[in-house]
Amino acid sequence: MNSTTWVSGLCGALLALAAGPAVAEWSAEIGLEARGFFNDPLFPDQQHSSGSVRLLPSYWHDWDDGDQRFAAELFFRADSADSERTHADLREFYWRRSFSAAELSIGLRRVFWGVTESVHLVDIINQTDFVENIDTEDKLGQPMVHLSLLKDWGTLDFFVMPWFRERTFAGSGGRLRPPVPVDTDNPIYESSAEQNHIDLAVRWSHYIGDYDIGLAHFSGTAREPRFMPSLDDTGSLVIRPFYQQLEQTSLDLQATKGSWLWKVEAVSRRELGSRSTGVVAGFEYTLVGAFGSVIDLGFITEYLFDDRGKTLAIGDNDVALGVRLAFNDVQSTELLAFSAIDLDNGGGFTSVEGSRRLGQNYRLSLEARFFSGLGPEELIFSVRDDDYVELELTRFF
Amino acid sequence: MRVSLTVVTALLLSGVALAQDNAARGLEIATEADRRNDGFADSTATLTMTLRNKQGQEVTRAMRNRTLEVDGDGDKSLIIFDDPRDVKGTAFLTFSHKTGDDDQWLYLPALKRVKRISSSNKSGPFMGSEFAYEDLSSQEVEKYTYNYLRDETLDGVETYVIERFAVAKKSGYTREVVWIDKDEYRARQVEYYDRKESRLKTLKLSNYEQYLDKYWRALRMDMENHQTGKSTTLEFDDYVFGNGLTDKDFNRNSLAKAR
Repeated sequence: MNSTTWVSGLCGALLALAAGPAVAEWSAEIGLEARGFFNDPLFPDQQHSSGSVRLLPSYWHDWDDGDQRFAAELFFRADSADSERTHADLREFYWRRSFSAAELSIGLRRVFWGVTESVHLVDIINQTDFVENIDTEDKLGQPMVHLSLLKDWGTLDFFVMPWFRERTFAGSGGRLRPPVPVDTDNPIYESSAEQNHIDLAVRWSHYIGDYDIGLAHFSGTAREPRFMPSLDDTGSLVIRPFYQQLEQTSLDLQATKGSWLWKVEAVSRRELGSRSTGVVAGFEYTLVGAFGSVIDLGFITEYLFDDRGKTLAIGDNDVALGVRLAFNDVQSTELLAFSAIDLDNGGGFTSVEGSRRLGQNYRLSLEARFFSGLGPEELIFSVRDDDYVELELTRFF
Repeated sequence: MRVSLTVVTALLLSGVALAQDNAARGLEIATEADRRNDGFADSTATLTMTLRNKQGQEVTRAMRNRTLEVDGDGDKSLIIFDDPRDVKGTAFLTFSHKTGDDDQWLYLPALKRVKRISSSNKSGPFMGSEFAYEDLSSQEVEKYTYNYLRDETLDGVETYVIERFAVAKKSGYTREVVWIDKDEYRARQVEYYDRKESRLKTLKLSNYEQYLDKYWRALRMDMENHQTGKSTTLEFDDYVFGNGLTDKDFNRNSLAKAR
């Protein structure tokens, strides 16, 4: 593009901006976090506790009667213990154009698929920011061209993803990691295109009465790597992430029947020449106004199955049991606690998450995670002594 | 003996007839109130909610509301939260139905997650306020059975007083008593009775404004909880009708992009 067309294009864009009533807004959150671990670290360099600060500025701008939007969400963290956890990301940075029955967006976005609570099997568009949180709910911005067709028979989403994001992992100073840190600087790809492999995905989603359904297929680089022991330049042992090619077909379904939510997520994967299946299914039952109060008490039960087994999967034959409390008070106090128990060896993982608003602009969050009875054959054996409790105070602007 | 039996039977029959009469009259009043709201098509408004505890300490909430009238069924509505900041961008989408449970989705901006939620929490408090979800949901005629009670002058306004009984089993109330003005069939006051038949809350609707020369909207609603001493005031601003909203503005997609 020569400079004249560039300038006229810019003028056109400015005219377009001027044409409709534009709406724009900045907002931000700053989080101060403290983590304490209950046990001595297993590996050198690891700490007993850590302090951390998180910054999340965001901006959006609508014009063209709201038919066009630019949105950006930035993320920064500085961590006292782990240099890998000190990181930044563009969570979102995209332009979107809405048409009468379609939407096109280009840029970095986050997209969530799924219905269950204990694991997110079908959620595959974005890479997990694993060093942020091991619950896999923090995601890195994914570069994409995303087209949504809004039809009477549901929504059809097409994704073209031209750049792969590598999973983040704790560094040598961080807890919740393998015995030697994952060498994130030297990943191995099955595809010769490596990070430039173009990943594709398509999803149909709809609701029919009490049922919400999603059917999807993903073709591209797996978000969840395998691990390859290897020697680095100095001859020390490292673990290199290996990103294989993956064909994954998925279903997510929720039936909402009064106080009962019935949920299932299932995936069929083909990777490295073999096929595997993962399923999570269960229910959430909510007792409204429990104990004669205004508290909602929810019971969550989910069964996790994965035929890749314990060495590769987090929940291969596990039951997750949990409770959710919504206090429905002025401070929106919430608590979610669940335990996942391995039915083969009794190993367990317990998670407690709670939060409460303070005043008008602050929120205090508590998070605690406990591991028990992990066997040496398991993927997460090396985190057996990494039980922790975390407090975060967030200020919203 | 025979005489008194006849008298008793006659009294009973007239009692039954009267009850049927009152039920029919109650329904008639509710139907007329509903009819006068027919054809509003769509509306948008901003809402300020002020929550007061027993000691009189206040906190405020800010949100926006979009409503779409649906022919032959309950309204569709979208509520977007602006304040407090930690729930900013959180949005509720409701498809209300004349019969059966409403459909409801919640958008959680931090996770970019759209969640279908149970609408059976009708009696639960909305945002920690004294309003329950069922107090704010679309008041379809079919959602209640009715009974005309009496005529009464309320704060100098001639009203019909009717009671209504929610058809839904999960309602937090045994009955509601509604004062509807004779002039324009606008609800002026509602009293809510709990399962022990004691008065739980009183809602007062005021500052009525007329839009499109036809549709009346209360710009202020005061809900007082008699049992806890807490109260909530809901104020509506910037009501706009005829925005040209369609079904397209009320789906899971529009929920996720609402700002």
